[in-house]
Amino acid sequence: MKRWVFFCLLLALPAWGAVGDPNERLPDPAKEALAREIGRELRCLVCQNQSIEDSDAQLARDLRRLVRERVAAGEDQTAVIRFVHERYGDFVLLRPPVTAATMLLWATPILALGGGIAVIMFRRRRALAEAAALSPDEAKRLAELDRGAA
Amino acid sequence: MSDSAPPKRSRRWMLYAPLGLAAAAGAGFYAMLQGLQDGSYNPRGVPSVLLGKPAPDFSLPALEGVGLPALASADLRGPLPGPALVNFWASWCAPCIIEHPQLMRLSREGVAVYGINYKDRIPEAGAFLQRHGNPYRRLGRDEPGRTAIDWGVYGVPETYLLDRQGMIRWRWAGPITADTLENELRPLLRRYA
Repeated sequence: MKRWVFFCLLLALPAWGAVGDPNERLPDPAKEALAREIGRELRCLVCQNQSIEDSDAQLARDLRRLVRERVAAGEDQTAVIRFVHERYGDFVLLRPPVTAATMLLWATPILALGGGIAVIMFRRRRALAEAAALSPDEAKRLAELDRGAA
Repeated sequence: MSDSAPPKRSRRWMLYAPLGLAAAAGAGFYAMLQGLQDGSYNPRGVPSVLLGKPAPDFSLPALEGVGLPALASADLRGPLPGPALVNFWASWCAPCIIEHPQLMRLSREGVAVYGINYKDRIPEAGAFLQRHGNPYRRLGRDEPGRTAIDWGVYGVPETYLLDRQGMIRWRWAGPITADTLENELRPLLRRYA
């Protein structure tokens, strides 16, 4: 059991690494938590599939520092994200805003769900229709079976 | 579908809809591939939010020892005598070496090229200019990288073209190769001359 726990902790090691340099952190844990939450919303533009909190790129480090400075100065999440958004555009937001260009992106889950429901309904209707229409042979055989069971 | 009876007319679209969808997707992917090839579409490219806007406010110190004046946003406000380039570079950046001859050429032709030295050490930056030549009229030093963030820079080299009114018209992320110079930059320099 002990060994198992140790193994699990070992597996989690990379996650500890992602927390970042301890001397980057803000002394106030509430503000640090807010800064981290903001950082997770912002894309690192160098290694584009990571947030600035997860990335080790120089630019991500600079942006982390900038976010922390603004949080320490008392800005809220919207204000900090707006500041970065004004400079790097929609691309920096890991949660892109709904615009004409991102419509399809946002609508995909709904479209997929609607498509799935349509397929299910179509199949059920067909199954019902087929069940209703027995061929004369089938009807005869069914009648025979019924008689046999009785 | 039962194969005894042909599909009803009202349901025929269900056969063609996937086909149409696949054709549309195919056309879309083809357009993307074409764009990738001629450089008009870059899925990793970050479009600049500064296009059509003046340069953000900044004031940078000069790079010591190279004898070039410092650079501030006031130097980039219109009316300018002609279109100007603002180039973010660093001595540690290999693509900057590839790009440098093109900047030198433009500078010799009389185009105003302004430089912002990004996160660099003073002696190395000076040595870079000594070895490869100096194309810059003015050169600011952005050691903390804050001005670069205000411009939306996400890597060096990066180059911005300003028109005579000081409005940003074009941004190029990556080195300006001889090809980029002839096919992208020259037409723009003519247009905003």
